[in-house]
Amino acid sequence: MISLRGLRFSYAGGPAFAFADVDVPQGGVLLVRGPSGSGKSTLLALLAGLLSPAAGRVCVADTDVGALPSGRRDTWRGRALGFMPQRLHLSENLSVAGNLELPFVCAGISVDTASVNDVLSRLHIADITRRKPHELSLGQAQRVALARALVRGPAVVVADEPTANLDDTNAHAVVSLLRDLSAQSRATLVLATHDPRVASQISATATIALEAHA
Amino acid sequence: MTLARLAWTHLWAKPLAALLNLLLLMLGFAAISLVLLVSDQLEEGVRRDLAGIDLVVGAKGSPMQLILAGVFHLDVPPGNIALTAVDMLKQHPLVARVVPISLGDTLRGYRIVGTTPDYPALYAARLAGGREWRKPLEAILGSEVAIATGLKPGDAFVGAHGLGTGGHLHGDTPYTAVGIYQRTGTVLDRLVLTSTESVWAVHELATATDAADLKALAEEREVTMLLVSYRSPIAAASLPRWVNSHAELQAASPALETARLLRMVGIGIDVLKGFGAVLLFVAGLSVFIALYHAVRERENDLAMMRMLGAPPRRVAAMVAFEALWLATLGAILGLALGHGLTHLLGLSLKAERSVSLSGTLWSVWEWSIPALAFALALLSSALPVWRAYRLDVTRLLQAPR
Repeated sequence: MISLRGLRFSYAGGPAFAFADVDVPQGGVLLVRGPSGSGKSTLLALLAGLLSPAAGRVCVADTDVGALPSGRRDTWRGRALGFMPQRLHLSENLSVAGNLELPFVCAGISVDTASVNDVLSRLHIADITRRKPHELSLGQAQRVALARALVRGPAVVVADEPTANLDDTNAHAVVSLLRDLSAQSRATLVLATHDPRVASQISATATIALEAHA
Repeated sequence: MTLARLAWTHLWAKPLAALLNLLLLMLGFAAISLVLLVSDQLEEGVRRDLAGIDLVVGAKGSPMQLILAGVFHLDVPPGNIALTAVDMLKQHPLVARVVPISLGDTLRGYRIVGTTPDYPALYAARLAGGREWRKPLEAILGSEVAIATGLKPGDAFVGAHGLGTGGHLHGDTPYTAVGIYQRTGTVLDRLVLTSTESVWAVHELATATDAADLKALAEEREVTMLLVSYRSPIAAASLPRWVNSHAELQAASPALETARLLRMVGIGIDVLKGFGAVLLFVAGLSVFIALYHAVRERENDLAMMRMLGAPPRRVAAMVAFEALWLATLGAILGLALGHGLTHLLGLSLKAERSVSLSGTLWSVWEWSIPALAFALALLSSALPVWRAYRLDVTRLLQAPR
């Protein structure tokens, strides 16, 4: 489901990164560990097709992402990848329901109401669909962000620092949720984190340990 | 939810800014619409009122006054001219038609015009009811006069002396309305037409003290003006000069004077156009600033859209949609306001028995307003759209700094 081979990337006039080869089957968990500046975000961008590798191959959901024409990468990303950013980035102008409809609007397709209702019910947030993000608790907001990542049934769910700034209880809750829901959907889970609590809580199929860049 | 709906939601997330921009756009488009409607209807009205009149001949005075009084019935005439002038002009080889008009009285502010059947023929007037006048003191009402006064064929009315308000009533010489003209969209709608003899009869009977006086007045009969049509275009070069060579006569060319009049009115119209353009420029600038800030503030939202599968053009289109919503609403509301203001202006002028303006008409030039709105939206959103298009999505993946 995810395969990295000889993957390298360098920013113009900036740091260069080399990533270890790795294979993660469908439904597996890839843990990307490392401190800030170690290349976690760069790896996620390569997986999402936002950056093109300088060398090597990155295959996600049976697609050689680097070989995709740039015009098709966005469509592919919307269909194959569910993304839960560290800061959640729920649209403050939209209700919970509006935020869950956003992936369909972005893809230019009609909203799959059944899928929206299904993910709302699985995440136990069906009763807060009319609320705006600022009216949600942190736990509710994280569930909404996860629901947004899952609503189109992606093959891969990417979570970037999902436990940052959370206490132990909330960190445990969000990782459990990610693990359980990805397993239910048979989605491959990519967790990028520098939080040691995540590694102890989740059984990773593969781990990429990155080191701080000089 | 669609992209347009999403843009609408984002737009109204800041209602005060959206309303302010909308107000500016609405006022700008309303000013442009008002100018287009008024200038179009004025020019069209002038063109219709001229109706083949090549020259107006009256007493010595200002040519502009002659045109305003004789063609548009907006001003008082400089005086009367001797009846002999009619025959003199009729006999001129370059003259095809001479229509005399005699002014002096009004009916509730609407002018009573003594003339011949040639005058309504100039405007191709048709009767909506009743018949033509056959003898003195029979009159036909213009459509607007009939509506305003409620008079119908068979009703009697008396004229008030003078072209202003407050003149004494000619109670001894009542008119009988014998017909009503169909609406012509010309000055005729605001007039009461009767024979020239009627005007003479009313005034001679009102002023004569005895039979001898009446006879003397009849020998000194006058008309107010003559509306002349040329037999040949060559007449334009020589006939006005020939008329002006007579000490008591003044010629005025409607084409020249109305062109001068429209130029004078045009200055006001240009000022209003400039005002509208400035308003639209300010509105465009305001929309640009609002969108630019919105894109800056919502950079993460927009980057998230990219992560959710939106191509750059879709993200950019959403920003452009916000400007298009504003411009479309501004244009619709501006057109409505422009037509509303024109209608109010028309009502106000109608109360003064002046030129006719209507808010229900549509100027062909107004089709430029939607195009202008579209161009304004594209122009004001160009930089924010470009910024949204070129958004660096990888920044979203960076840890907070």
